[in-house]
Amino acid sequence: MATSDTVLEQHEVQGQTDWSGGKPAFRASYGKLMMWYFLLSDAFTFAGFLIAYGALRFSSPTWPVPDFVFSTAPFGVHHAPLIFVTIMSFLLIVSSVTMVRAVQEGHKENKNGVVFWMLMTILGGAGFLSCQAWEWTNLIGSEHMSVTTNPFGSHTEGGVYLTADGKESEEAFKAGESFLIHKAHAGHGGEAHGEGEHAEQDYSQGDHPGYFVDDRGFVHRKFIVTEGPDAGMVKMEQFGPKAFGALFFFITGFHGFHVFSGVVFLFIIMINAASGLYMRRQNGHEMVEKMGLYWHFVDLVWVFVFLVFYLL
Amino acid sequence: MGHLSYEEAKKVVYKGLVLLAVVTLIEVFFSLLGKGHVIPALKGITWLHYLIGMLLIALSLYKAYFIIYEFMHMRYEVKGLAMSVLLPTLLLIWAIIAFFQEGNSWKNRRELIKEKNVEEVDEGASKQESMLLKDTYILRLEEEGI
Repeated sequence: MATSDTVLEQHEVQGQTDWSGGKPAFRASYGKLMMWYFLLSDAFTFAGFLIAYGALRFSSPTWPVPDFVFSTAPFGVHHAPLIFVTIMSFLLIVSSVTMVRAVQEGHKENKNGVVFWMLMTILGGAGFLSCQAWEWTNLIGSEHMSVTTNPFGSHTEGGVYLTADGKESEEAFKAGESFLIHKAHAGHGGEAHGEGEHAEQDYSQGDHPGYFVDDRGFVHRKFIVTEGPDAGMVKMEQFGPKAFGALFFFITGFHGFHVFSGVVFLFIIMINAASGLYMRRQNGHEMVEKMGLYWHFVDLVWVFVFLVFYLL
Repeated sequence: MGHLSYEEAKKVVYKGLVLLAVVTLIEVFFSLLGKGHVIPALKGITWLHYLIGMLLIALSLYKAYFIIYEFMHMRYEVKGLAMSVLLPTLLLIWAIIAFFQEGNSWKNRRELIKEKNVEEVDEGASKQESMLLKDTYILRLEEEGI
């Protein structure tokens, strides 16, 4: 008993009242203050990424429209712009709220409450990660976006698409409208470009009357420009700005990695809390509070990732 | 820690849940409105696009404020702590202005290069120019006494 009492005293001295200089700076414990400063530095990292996104977006004449790019959801839902990411945001908000509850129960030294609410938070975080995994799989697997290829392009001038045999079709578009360059023989469930008729066509590499198939199998549809100085010319769909794919995967990936490590740490701290470790420290479950700061930060970053990638 | 009782604090949390959810829904609604999904006629109006962009940024900053002050308990910390964490982020204002300006300038330069690439070269003018160059060359040779 004697030894554990000594340990307790040490924790109190180090953790709560004093960093052995008389008064603790800003009346906060060392760990909590350093968590704040870590989060500040992390905020700068994320800000650097997001500002790079902004600079590259400003430097491109066109940019993929988010409500066109992010319009698919699981179970075959298409043309549902931003719905899936809104659900992801809700998951993160809810898990943030359950984390606040865990911290509050911690202050009350209610061990079971802490474990219960941390478990809820872990479920929220895991749910978010699963959604992100689906989103990435869809973008990479079905829509063939990669770090170096961005099949989401936008028209810079109005025009009319050609049919497969090179005649003018009914399908007209205006400047600024987005398109997705599909891969030949890659079913992209239900995208409204007449999948049925595609099946019988010749998609061998090279030039065709109505489209051009590049060496990676992307089918660039041809169209006649109907406005502007190039009116009357036949052009084909071009890839969108390359940077989009790289920025998307790096930024959401970096955020997702934060969520993932958050879930791992939540799990460790939940186990520790369940074992009664933080009860013995008698400092109001400060470790749970520090974890809470990190978890809210992850939610905070998502607010801005959501803003720049999906809303604007 | 907090200056609120347990029951009050619990209420703040659920109020926060409703608030963040509602603000997110408003954001999504306005984002789709600006892109012409709600009312198709609104598509492509530039000033509306900028106005909604501003609104979305303001709402996101409000969400960030709420998360930091209520969920992360910044409101109940010492002022010095709050300032030492929040003030450095003001540097980002400079970064945003500088880098967006930079991005815009890249765009202008790319367009300039594109224009220059398709520009017809005036044969006569270029001949004159080369003559001029030749003259200066000879002149220089003379000057140097070769």
